[in-house]
Amino acid sequence: MNNLIDLEKKINSELTTKINKSEIKHNQLYLEIDKDDLVEVTLFLKTDKDSKFRQLIDITVVDYPEKNQRFKMVYLFLSHEFNQRIILYYFMNEKELINSLTSIFPSANWMEREVFDMYGVNFKDHPDLRRILTDYGFKGHPLRKDFPLTGHTEVRYSEDEKKVISEPVKLEQNYRIFDYESPWEGTDYIKKQTGNNDQKN
Amino acid sequence: MTKKIKNLNLNFGPQHPAAHGVLRLILELDGEVVEKADPHIGLLHRGTEKLIENKTYMQAVPYFDRLDYVAPMNQEHAFALAIEKILKIDVPIRAQYIRVIFCEIGRILSHILNVTTQALDVGALTPSLWGFEERETLMTFYERASGSRLHANYFRAGGVHQDLPAGLEEDIGKFCETFPKIINDLENLLTDNRIFKQRNVDIGLVTKEDALDYSFTGVMIRGSGIPWDLRKSQPYDCYEQLDFKVPVGKNGDCYDRYLCRIEEMKESVSIIKQCLSKIEKGPIKSLDGKISPPSKKEIKQSMEALIHHFKLFTEGFRVPKDEIYTAVEAPKGEFGVYLISDGSSKPYKCKIRAPGFSHLQSMDYLIKGHMLADVPAVLGSLDIVFGEVDR
Repeated sequence: MNNLIDLEKKINSELTTKINKSEIKHNQLYLEIDKDDLVEVTLFLKTDKDSKFRQLIDITVVDYPEKNQRFKMVYLFLSHEFNQRIILYYFMNEKELINSLTSIFPSANWMEREVFDMYGVNFKDHPDLRRILTDYGFKGHPLRKDFPLTGHTEVRYSEDEKKVISEPVKLEQNYRIFDYESPWEGTDYIKKQTGNNDQKN
Repeated sequence: MTKKIKNLNLNFGPQHPAAHGVLRLILELDGEVVEKADPHIGLLHRGTEKLIENKTYMQAVPYFDRLDYVAPMNQEHAFALAIEKILKIDVPIRAQYIRVIFCEIGRILSHILNVTTQALDVGALTPSLWGFEERETLMTFYERASGSRLHANYFRAGGVHQDLPAGLEEDIGKFCETFPKIINDLENLLTDNRIFKQRNVDIGLVTKEDALDYSFTGVMIRGSGIPWDLRKSQPYDCYEQLDFKVPVGKNGDCYDRYLCRIEEMKESVSIIKQCLSKIEKGPIKSLDGKISPPSKKEIKQSMEALIHHFKLFTEGFRVPKDEIYTAVEAPKGEFGVYLISDGSSKPYKCKIRAPGFSHLQSMDYLIKGHMLADVPAVLGSLDIVFGEVDR
């Protein structure tokens, strides 16, 4: 389809039960689906003559540790034919197994490995689910929000053992996060004014 | 009598001059034919995305220089565009031209490096000596504009950090006059060179279908004959007003990709020339004091400017809650930033889509059945830089 609104209509009518939410912003189509419908929806988007999202651009996860369904899985697709982009997402919790896209897009292989490495999301029938970016023997999932920025271990060459060893991180000073936001809310009459402005807006 | 034959496993890298950085490639060889390639990456992983989540938007810019470190400003561009789209701010026209000029300089920097080192991998030394001299000139342009040769930290949301110093535009113009001759010299050495052709023609073939399936972008997809360039199809900044062609290959082999890169350098020179002829005096960053820091002079005179300065360099500007994917045509392919803001002055999530990641992933598919000596040739034409693959 040549324009996003038509495409949104078309997708909604063809996949009525599978689309939870659709929205167009920044000239991109955002679609929320259910975890189990991923493969079907992707196949439809890839093969349908009006969408032809032939390229998987990236797969990523957003972590919201305070939410019940912690992870938001995000898939970015691109259609060369119609020059459109789709952002497909669904929510899931930590322990869930999800379907792999490797059978539809071979390029999903490393992208899913990266997601597995960085967030600890597990994939069903992925051909080769190993860590990819972190060190051999690394523990933990660094991009989770509860993983500390400084990490848990550091490596150095030990003169005694004549090899590289890893030890718990020792820092002279801990990483500090400064809160620059002013605690001062203004005097009463200013508070009232800004309150009114907010209502107007 | 039967003899047992076992395949040989070969460890290529991580310290190998033809591995273009820290690639560890585990090859399974049957004689001299590669049966399987398993790239191990992550030896340059620095956790860029995690670090960006803990920095303000302005502090995050330098991390983008350190991704694809041969074309730093192209990456900054994607990040700046993402923030601008969320904040809905306009970029002054002069800033747009400056950004495009430096993005094209970045493209030439990257393509010179790639073309000449690919030639080096297959046995030609001279191109790299000639090419690197030009890179040096280009990096002095970077230095004069931003203060450093590589890690520029020059683009900002809403424009660029500072105006070009006097005389730089003329010097870039002069470079545009002399550089095409250097490209010709390189072409004289390589394009019809018998050895170079023997090593590159019909090596690392990619069909159109596979280029799509393996998420190839940039020269890798154009070399296979798909005319796709984000500067044309989803134009950003002032690319719409510029006239340039998109070189496309035919066969999708290493040689076609080399030819595409050479042609793209010529187009880049023409784009820079057009920008130089159109650029006019004017502001170089957004005039919104809540986003762009004030000049030193203003700080001395205006209380408001002083407050803006203080707030911008402590808390930073806040970006409303939103979610966006923005991509630019970096020299290596589609470089994208998937940015999630939560209303504070730090990104909640910033996923970086590096073109090299999906290109390197296809190594196994590309090299299967080729000879061991073709590994560096294919690797060279993929245009891998580990800063962006490992992030």
